[in-house]
Amino acid sequence: MNTPANLKYTKSDEWFDPATGKMGLTDYAQGQLSDIVFVELLVEAGDSVEAGKPIASVESVKASAETYASASGAVAAVNEGLADGPEVLNSDPYGAGWMVQLEGGQPGEVMDAAEYEKYCEGREH
Amino acid sequence: MTYIPHSPKERDAMLETIGVKRLDDLFEAVPAKHRFPNLNLPPAITEMEAAAELGELAAANESARDLVSFLGAGMYNHYIPSVVDHILRRGEFYTAYTPYQPEISQGTLQAIFEYQSLIVALTGMEVSNASHYDGATAAAEAVNLAWAQFRGKRTKVVISPTVHPQYREVIRTYTQGMELELAGDNAQADLETGPETLMELVDDNTMLVIVQYPDFFGRIYDYTKLIDLAHEKGALVCVVANPTALALFKTPGEMGADVVVGEGQPLGIPMWYGGPSLGYFTTRKKYVHKMAGRLVGETVDNRGQRAYVLTLTAREQHIKRERATSNICSNQGLLALASAVYLSLVGKSGLRQVAELCYHKAHYAAEQLSKLPGMGLCFGEPYFHEFALCVGQPVDEVNAHLLEHGIIGGYDLGQDYPALKDHMLIAVTEMNSKEEIDALVEVLAEVAHD
Repeated sequence: MNTPANLKYTKSDEWFDPATGKMGLTDYAQGQLSDIVFVELLVEAGDSVEAGKPIASVESVKASAETYASASGAVAAVNEGLADGPEVLNSDPYGAGWMVQLEGGQPGEVMDAAEYEKYCEGREH
Repeated sequence: MTYIPHSPKERDAMLETIGVKRLDDLFEAVPAKHRFPNLNLPPAITEMEAAAELGELAAANESARDLVSFLGAGMYNHYIPSVVDHILRRGEFYTAYTPYQPEISQGTLQAIFEYQSLIVALTGMEVSNASHYDGATAAAEAVNLAWAQFRGKRTKVVISPTVHPQYREVIRTYTQGMELELAGDNAQADLETGPETLMELVDDNTMLVIVQYPDFFGRIYDYTKLIDLAHEKGALVCVVANPTALALFKTPGEMGADVVVGEGQPLGIPMWYGGPSLGYFTTRKKYVHKMAGRLVGETVDNRGQRAYVLTLTAREQHIKRERATSNICSNQGLLALASAVYLSLVGKSGLRQVAELCYHKAHYAAEQLSKLPGMGLCFGEPYFHEFALCVGQPVDEVNAHLLEHGIIGGYDLGQDYPALKDHMLIAVTEMNSKEEIDALVEVLAEVAHD
């Protein structure tokens, strides 16, 4: 499981990058969902989002999940490329798989990488 | 032999867990006298007696097989080749259950895939689901699709008053509590202004416009312009279409419709006194994730052989729960098969021939009937196999007279449209011979007056 140390994590398996304001779905989450076939972003540039509110709906071959905002703030950009290439959520969840970028985003209830790893391990059983 | 899977031991364990002694304790809230009420039933009879009694009851019905029928209004009397029923009743197909397991359901899955392909070809659309209950519920699912697409950012649906009145009623039922606004659904509306008038109601809050093709009065309009105008406003357009008509006229797909739905009954399904029936549902690929219902896809198995599976199932309600477009994903598997068999049997040119026969016979009937004194066609627009006829007197009285002569008359339009009191909707299909049409004209001539 890949858990970059520079990111913050939520209990609902989203990440937030305080440096860039980007957020998305964690490596753990993409592994649980398996092959992701469809992503619908529920917000657009100019919207304001609140931590904990849904920003995307993700469908894999076997499951469907909502992705919630890991931070609050104004949406500066959304990843338009996901519509045609949702598989990057599996292959590159912290890079090309970013979903929404905030301007001056304030993280909600988040953990650091070590805490999140421990949290995920606790769910493996 | 008992069909209850729990052993007495298991039952006792469950009772103990919830803290009651006996099963009866669970029913304490029901007053004792209502638990096993005495049913006032006649004494038991033999199978032979029961068959005779039921046969007698069934014989009291009058069917389109025994009588001459000019009744349509959503259900149509078409010829069904006997092969359709023969294939339906094969043991391999005769189940209504959804084929979850592709390993044991290739035949059923392929049949549904063929159905989807045929419906897509007929409507000119890109994707069809594995069907809904009937045309009305399929139309209501179009509202659900638009609702899911706009996620509450648009909340208005504009429905033409010339969409089938019962479809409009089902849409109202389905959308209760969704806090959306239904506009245009008005029985008092001017029925002669043409489809573009609907645009007066279409605004930036409109998510969907629904029209019918041919409309409830059988009229054929090219909705291309309406669809373009609605798209300019950012709204989607759903066309409720009669599948037989699509063999003859421009498809709603060609007109640019986003969703095309309709009643599949004309495609090889008996009228059965009103159902069960088949709702077809088609849309564009870009809306497929918002489409309700089951979807069969073609793929290859681990040996590279062609295989069929239920696909894109994560959008369905058993996985997506309350976020799914619809809480219904049941389909009419057997009746979808019936229509696939029917369409395969008659083929492209055969279906066109059926549609042409309907068209020409309806036009012959309309021409003859409009010559009768005090009678006339209500509308001047082109029509398919159904038309509104003014009979100048109460329709129920006219129909009672027709029935005395073994003819089922048309639908009483005054029930739904007060302005069309004394008008009936007459449907003519390939099943009506020239002699039958002439008989209709003759009997109506007896009651016609200036």
